[in-house]
Amino acid sequence: MSWSELGPLLGQALGQTLYMVVGTLLVGGVLGLVLGVALYVSRPRNLLPNRAVAGVLNVLVNTVRPIPFIIFVTAVQPAAIAVTGTSYGPTYALFAMAVMATFATSRIVEQNLVALDPGVVEAARAMGAGPVRIITTVLIPEALGPLILGYTFLFVAIVDMSAVVGAVAGGGLGNFAIVYGYQRYDYAVTWLTVAVIVVIVQLAQALGNLLARRVLRR
Amino acid sequence: MVELRGVTKEFTDGRTRVRAVDDVSLDIDRGEIFGVIGYSGAGKSTLVRLINALEAPTAGTVSVDGTVLTGLPERRLRPARAGVGFIFQQFNLLSSRTVAGNVAYPLTVAGWDRASKAARVAELLDFVGLADKAGQRPSQLSGGQKQRVGIARALATSPALLLADEATSALDPETTRDVLDLLRRVNRELGVTIVVITHEMSVVTYLCDRVAVMDGGRVVELGDVYDIFANPREPVTRRFIATALHDRPRPDVVERLLERHQGRIVTVAVSDETATSTAITDVLRHHGVDSAIVYGGITEVGARPFGSLTLELTGAPDDVRTAIADLAARTEVVDHGGAGTPPGGPSGPDGPGGRATGTEAAR
Ligand SMILES: Nc1ncnc2c1ncn2[C@@H]1O[C@H](COP(=O)(O)OP(=O)(O)OP(=O)(O)O)[C@@H](O)[C@H]1O
Ligand SMILES: [Mg+2]
Repeated sequence: MSWSELGPLLGQALGQTLYMVVGTLLVGGVLGLVLGVALYVSRPRNLLPNRAVAGVLNVLVNTVRPIPFIIFVTAVQPAAIAVTGTSYGPTYALFAMAVMATFATSRIVEQNLVALDPGVVEAARAMGAGPVRIITTVLIPEALGPLILGYTFLFVAIVDMSAVVGAVAGGGLGNFAIVYGYQRYDYAVTWLTVAVIVVIVQLAQALGNLLARRVLRR
Repeated sequence: MVELRGVTKEFTDGRTRVRAVDDVSLDIDRGEIFGVIGYSGAGKSTLVRLINALEAPTAGTVSVDGTVLTGLPERRLRPARAGVGFIFQQFNLLSSRTVAGNVAYPLTVAGWDRASKAARVAELLDFVGLADKAGQRPSQLSGGQKQRVGIARALATSPALLLADEATSALDPETTRDVLDLLRRVNRELGVTIVVITHEMSVVTYLCDRVAVMDGGRVVELGDVYDIFANPREPVTRRFIATALHDRPRPDVVERLLERHQGRIVTVAVSDETATSTAITDVLRHHGVDSAIVYGGITEVGARPFGSLTLELTGAPDDVRTAIADLAARTEVVDHGGAGTPPGGPSGPDGPGGRATGTEAAR
């Protein structure tokens, strides 16, 4: 195939990857934040200690997280079809990625909250603040710097996921590299795809570092 | 202001049970500065957290400003907590907010509007002397400045009660003094009742009207700071007093004093009534006994002089003996002997075993 034919295809694949990655980051990031906060506050002696909730959430997270992603993508097919109405392509992939990303994010969020000085939470409690206010005005703002770095790390992991998902569900740069590079023994195409991915990751990391530095310089 | 009745708090940590506060009953009066002193693990922090309803007692009742807190649902406890100021050893300022933002936080919780908040924050920062730091981040401040922010924040909603848990323990002595002076101003000028938790006796002597000594979750001694100093009953109390006053010679010091000096060595307690240092000198002069100060110190406790002097007495043996007897009728005297006389041991107005506990207190 000529570069004039490949070019638009690469552009389309890039668009699909960005769609999947950004979509996953938004959906999985938000749900993961909620789940992570829930994991944190339900711990013993925490803001809303609840042994049952903590137990269930931990079992859930620990069950899903170790599943190899390539298998997970195929295993969630029934649920994905029910939600997205499709069993193929970027939207289907986004569903599988968002679910996995939610669980991955939750641990990142939980770890960063655990590292917080419990004294600030104590101070807010002593001033009469309720749990919701403490979560939104103390926990998240105080952990914001590390959280941004955590989400940057997550972004890179999601880019990786999107390549895997491309091989199974179709779409994105991963699929492009496999179909037009690997299967046609065209290393130039494979390397070009790799280069595009590297650039995306570098940009994301640079942005994350910048934001985190902004927030942490205080 | 604060009423604790038979308050007990137990924690279950896995299988072990810790009784952090054990059957404590006490009253803290409106307008006073009340100290709580005790060693690490004595239950001091738990006690203030009970007063602030951050913990619920296992048994007993806590009431603050006429409201019984025990048994109230969380929803009703929140406004109660907002009405009590709390300052912390580690300051616990929000690093995500500026100094002004930290002071405004309790006002936001209390639902103040923007304009009133700004005015109140400015007033508070002015009161604690940090008006020029409003826009800075807590990380840019020194420890003493951070604690001033902590105090401004605690005072934001004009509480009638302020709880200070080891508020100066992370500060150097000079900064400690500044912060204690600020707390005194809070008490005098704003009429705020203050509960000061500490493990430093010097904080108690400098600031407090009354003090409770805690040991193993119990309040083992409670009273006016001066009385506790003058008449400690419990060994823990004596040990705390000894840390605040280095006025009494330890046994090895006494030995060296006896070697170094020819005369009779006695330690005389100084107090503000019958045994001021002037009165002591007068008694000795009256008996024709010469004295030289060889050890000791006088400090102020509750704005009254307190301490002891160790004197070398020289004169006719009979004069020295009657002089000591005369002093012992007025105050606590520990006779270390010397000048060929074996130690006469402690003696004092309360007789042996009374308040004549000098050697023990000096340990
Ligand atoms: N949440 C808790 N769970 C279990 N045990 C606790 C808890 N809080 C306090 N304790 C225990 O209660 C006892 C008293 O603790 P507390 O913090 O009140 O002591 P403290 O006098 O303030 O000591 P320090 O001077 O070290 O601050 C300690 O043995 C402590 O381990
Ligand atoms: Mg403590």
